[in-house]
Amino acid sequence: MGAQLRVYRRRIRSVQSTKKITKAMELIASSRIVKAQARLEASLPYLTHLYAAISAAATGAADVRKHPLMANAENRTRAAVLIVTADRGLAGAYSANALREGEALAANLREKGMTVIPYVVGRKGVSYYRFRNREMAGEYTGFTDQPTYADAKRIGDDLLKAFQTSVEEGGVDEIHLVYTHFASMMTQEARIRRLLPLEVVDEVVEVKEGEQPSALYEFEPDAESVLDGLLPRYIDHSVYSALLMSAASEHAARRRAMKSATDNAEDMIKSLSRQANQARQGEITQEISEIVGGADALSASR
Amino acid sequence: MAEDDKVLNVAVVSAERSLWSGQAKSIVAKTPEGDIGILPSHEPVLALLVESAPLRVEELDGSKLIVAIHGGFFSVAGNEVNVIAEVAEMGEDIDLERAKAALARAQDGGVTDEEMPAVRRAETRIQVAEIAKGITAR
Repeated sequence: MGAQLRVYRRRIRSVQSTKKITKAMELIASSRIVKAQARLEASLPYLTHLYAAISAAATGAADVRKHPLMANAENRTRAAVLIVTADRGLAGAYSANALREGEALAANLREKGMTVIPYVVGRKGVSYYRFRNREMAGEYTGFTDQPTYADAKRIGDDLLKAFQTSVEEGGVDEIHLVYTHFASMMTQEARIRRLLPLEVVDEVVEVKEGEQPSALYEFEPDAESVLDGLLPRYIDHSVYSALLMSAASEHAARRRAMKSATDNAEDMIKSLSRQANQARQGEITQEISEIVGGADALSASR
Repeated sequence: MAEDDKVLNVAVVSAERSLWSGQAKSIVAKTPEGDIGILPSHEPVLALLVESAPLRVEELDGSKLIVAIHGGFFSVAGNEVNVIAEVAEMGEDIDLERAKAALARAQDGGVTDEEMPAVRRAETRIQVAEIAKGITAR
């Protein structure tokens, strides 16, 4: 076998084994998207009940706007930004998109004269910040593909603590989330959401026919304490849904990236085998012409 | 429907998933103010739950259900009871040995204020698991 042919065959083998790996990763990611989606759905009942309870408590509480978590101070100077990225790479532009969105938000906030304090989830984001020697107020890694409520709570507690600390002592007065919204299997986009201060929305809820108007609750111990107890839960759960959404998006991005890697590997194998065939044919042609040439020379010399 | 007026429709929901739902005769939960029992036709209530406490549910057939609830609240409206817990575990699902190990670990080397919640959680878990075992044994 000629040297050229041997080289082609070796490259085909190597691309084939890469393809096997990317194909496996694609399949794993697809199965994990489904799981992540199921977890996201399972967390929705809690959210629905929580919203209902918060609005009930807010209605019952004396003055919602004075609540520390809702108060809109005029001059806000320090903003915490929680950016959710992936722990592992090979997920296309997933982490890069979230980071870019985070950078845009940070630039926007700085323009308004605010200091940005980053909190980063995911090893990719952490190394991005480390490499640029930027300080992070919090870094959380090791759970982005399967976040649990405990992880979210840890982050939520840190954010809440920072929010409750006064600005002079290094606290923050705004909290933003940057996460990747999972619209569908094919579409995910990085999104920004302001978590705190909460926007108080006065809305008139229209009572649909056959639906009971929300009950006038008796609060235990009282509406203000209930609201106090509920709002931190709301933060924890917002972080939790952001993590779950991002996890689903991460798997979807990885699946897509691995699918195109597999397709590319197939194309490469195809073109390499064409080249290998050509090389083999070339060798055969050469051998024949050598034999014919040799025979001709022999008969001529006789 | 007269019969519907005499049962509670209970749903126990944790942050990660819906844990249990069904009909019940009564529930007993613990709020910062003390234990509160809910029977059918209770007035609407929205109450916080203490950090770690058992929740007791008496089902229609008289069997009792116990759930460890770690933080959350519950709402009663009409005969709909929603128990919304940050973390909740069904009594029968708790691994007693592991809960005991967790308590020992939390108490290891004295208990500081920071470790108190962990100790309480473990204690509640053990209590709930033991009651659940007693129920199943009976």
